[in-house]
Amino acid sequence: MTRILPQTKSVAVNPLKSSQPLGAALAFLGVNDAVPLFHGSQGCTSFALVLLVRHFKEAVPLQTTAMDEVATILGGMDHLEEAILNLKSRTNPELIGVCTTALVETRGEDFARGLANIKMMRAKELAGTEIVLANTPDFEGAIEEGWAKAVTAMIQRITLRGEQVRQGKRIAILPGWNLTVADIEHVRETVESFGLKAVILPDLSGSLDGTVPDDRWVPTTYGGTAVKDIQELGTAVQCIAIGEHMRRPAEVLERLTGVPYALFQSLTGLKDTDRFVSLLSAISGTPAPAKIRRRRAQLQDALLDGHFHFGGKKIAIAAEPDQLYQLATFFTGMGAEIAAAVTTTGTSNILEKVPAKQVQVGDLGDLEGLAGGADLLVTHSHGRQAAERLGIPLMRVGFPIFDRLGSQHKLTVLYQGTRDLIFDVANIFQANQYAPTPQSLDPFRNRKMPDDSRPPTFSRH
Amino acid sequence: MELKTGAMSPLSIKINAVFDEPACEKNRSKDAKARQKGCSKPLTPGAAAGGCPFDGAKIVLQPITDVAHLIHAPLACEGNSWDNRGAASSGPTLWRTSFTTDLTELDVVMGQGERKLFRAIREIKEQYAPPAIFVYSTCVTALIGDDIEAVCKRAAEKFGLPVVPVNTPGFVGSKNLGNKLAGEALLDHVIGTVEPDNIGPYDINILGEFNLSGEFWLVKPLLDRLGIRVRACIPGDARYLDIASAHRARAAMLVCSTALINLARKMEERWDIPFFEGSFYGITDTSEALRQIAKLLVNKGGDPELIQRTETLIEKEEAIAWKKLEAYRPRLEGKRVLLNTGGVKSWSVVHALMEIGIEIVGTSVKKSTVEDKERIKQIFKDENHMFESMSARELYDMLSEGNADIMLSGGRTQFIALKAKTPWLDINQERHHPYAGYDGMVELVRQIDLAIHNPIWRQVREPAPWEYQPALEEELPGTQSGPETLHDFERASLQQPAVSASVEVSR
Repeated sequence: MTRILPQTKSVAVNPLKSSQPLGAALAFLGVNDAVPLFHGSQGCTSFALVLLVRHFKEAVPLQTTAMDEVATILGGMDHLEEAILNLKSRTNPELIGVCTTALVETRGEDFARGLANIKMMRAKELAGTEIVLANTPDFEGAIEEGWAKAVTAMIQRITLRGEQVRQGKRIAILPGWNLTVADIEHVRETVESFGLKAVILPDLSGSLDGTVPDDRWVPTTYGGTAVKDIQELGTAVQCIAIGEHMRRPAEVLERLTGVPYALFQSLTGLKDTDRFVSLLSAISGTPAPAKIRRRRAQLQDALLDGHFHFGGKKIAIAAEPDQLYQLATFFTGMGAEIAAAVTTTGTSNILEKVPAKQVQVGDLGDLEGLAGGADLLVTHSHGRQAAERLGIPLMRVGFPIFDRLGSQHKLTVLYQGTRDLIFDVANIFQANQYAPTPQSLDPFRNRKMPDDSRPPTFSRH
Repeated sequence: MELKTGAMSPLSIKINAVFDEPACEKNRSKDAKARQKGCSKPLTPGAAAGGCPFDGAKIVLQPITDVAHLIHAPLACEGNSWDNRGAASSGPTLWRTSFTTDLTELDVVMGQGERKLFRAIREIKEQYAPPAIFVYSTCVTALIGDDIEAVCKRAAEKFGLPVVPVNTPGFVGSKNLGNKLAGEALLDHVIGTVEPDNIGPYDINILGEFNLSGEFWLVKPLLDRLGIRVRACIPGDARYLDIASAHRARAAMLVCSTALINLARKMEERWDIPFFEGSFYGITDTSEALRQIAKLLVNKGGDPELIQRTETLIEKEEAIAWKKLEAYRPRLEGKRVLLNTGGVKSWSVVHALMEIGIEIVGTSVKKSTVEDKERIKQIFKDENHMFESMSARELYDMLSEGNADIMLSGGRTQFIALKAKTPWLDINQERHHPYAGYDGMVELVRQIDLAIHNPIWRQVREPAPWEYQPALEEELPGTQSGPETLHDFERASLQQPAVSASVEVSR
């Protein structure tokens, strides 16, 4: 079993995490005509906004309750109310997603009750706008937790409760935050190719895919899951959750509406995709269409062509738990070895399944310390400094990716995404090959009797 | 949770003092009551934009390259914001390494903040041995009453290195307030703590220059040529020791006046370092800045011959710059620029653009001084071109109606221009090109030229063929249409001047 090592340093060096409210905001951004609202000081919002914009290269609606000193001392409900009313009158969104921050959570107020009061007192002004609360202090969790909490909160608040009339062709999909815009589009097309209809929550492929609205400025999200579709999630015959962190929202949906769920801890790799395709086939009662079989054959060929480049390679990954699992299983499935694994939290159940000896809860400083001698670093753009210092190529995954274009249009799931990942990685390896030299191959360069017969393994230094 | 407001009172005193800035023109013109209110506008919940004091303080101090910057906070303050600005270093890289105490719920609940901070300082000292550590307090650590000043003091004694507290919780005001509090931290804890052994008669400080994209390196050689030494550039590409010994400069130039005016004034009061406010953006401003520096140094006992040497240099450099700019006239004459920024706000940029025939259709004066506004008024001969601020929707409408050929602004409004299919150039802190000095102005004009004349504009503005109306079918005999075909309305709005060979040669 994988050992999970807790963080023991007092100082985090080069953080791996982005904050929990940012993850929640990201989930709300996957809903059509929505505005996320941070309940905190305006700096909390400003930092998250700038980071989201740097990653997506899009205008991002995100507002703040602008807590000041007086409100911090006396309580922030007035600020919350004023912010909601201002947002309503200025942008009239269908959804306001309130994400709390460390500031207001440290002070500690009953936000749920406060919000209920605001909705009751201001029922007339706020008619037509759903207001959802996610408790997301920055001092715990990261994007994964924030995203899952926001999705759970939306289901609890918006989805109609009780058994609904099921629509045989309709399935609900709850993707983890680590699916890109391209991944979500591809999942939808795959589902539709079985004659099924997918309701995806959240759906960043509608709102943050870079399309340009026609001839007007839109101050909210444009595109994403419709609020009406969230209400009607209970009419699906099946829910598919992607990533361990989506288990909780899937469970809540099942409890509230009876819609059963199937959980895919990863949709990358041949076996998981086979399972996914089989499930769709079973739900729809139709065999996998020819084009999907063709994609599978292409992936088989990519496995054959690509495996030469992966065998024996040492990979150092730093990512949130589900993405760490997704990528680590991909790499080991290709014959590579996970030399270092760093993640953001020790609480996720997926961590013990990560195919590595140990997983360090920590930061990019830990990754840099553990990754010496690795062939590839895998993390977000902030890994660039470590990659430079170590002289190891960096594969950018997750969030934020601010120094490369098109990260949201990279496919990483199902047969086709796995195929693309194989090519991407193999190409990085090929671009960073060392030409053989007489010195590097000299048999006497490091001649001594090995200590034991096992191949050398990686250890912390 | 108990709120220890008592711990914040020294900070409140400091904030009031910072707001009452005698060297600030705006502040002087206020009556006593308005002055007491301070200069930060109240924020509107749900309609606010901009950073917090911690953000402002970090912007000012982080470019000090050899210092470890430690943020005492839960994750978001540092985790969402590190390594995000384009200041350049000619040496140390420690400033780009991010340090934060990353407080957990347990730390907050158990009141372990101060202990964790102290241990964090020790870990940094042991592993990185920096010349100094700057410790920033934030909302949560102020709220739980962590006394960072006491921790810093104890750590400095114990570990034998300067540990500088920067007390800037996010809820006390605006980003600009944070800029000023950062200046106060330098005054209280850094400047004047080291005596240099190489004092010279031509030593100056440059205050409020951030060396974005390395642009101060376009200016420094001019000073070198005149024999003027930059004792400390605060903060761009600075080392801790430069700043600690900055009190021995003979004169100072204040570049970004709203950010560090308190620092400039107090350095004048304490150490008799006269300063002037100037800018390195634009040709005439650059020249004026060089003149002022020379004048102040001569006033302080420098050889008067410096003034003549400066004039000679200015004459030569200006001639070269104007000559280079002139080459762009055929391509840019009559182009309409919208300036929407608090960054490069100098009237001198406006002047240079207009000099080569560019028309300024509007300029934001949100962060401009009264003096700036007067100058802009003189240049335009009216006030119609000035606006305080424009909503996203107004801006979008204005641009999509084609009322400007390019917008120059900061990243915040980038996507308004791009979605309105209007050329855009970043002239704020995230930009990738250096615009200071004579060469910087030429670079700015070159970038405007590149942006406006990029061939993508005709492609993105043209509707898909199937969206084009019946007239098209008559006009388009299938076999003759090429990919470059422009429709009539596009021809009218997108006249492309022929590429001038002289421009290419002159580069």
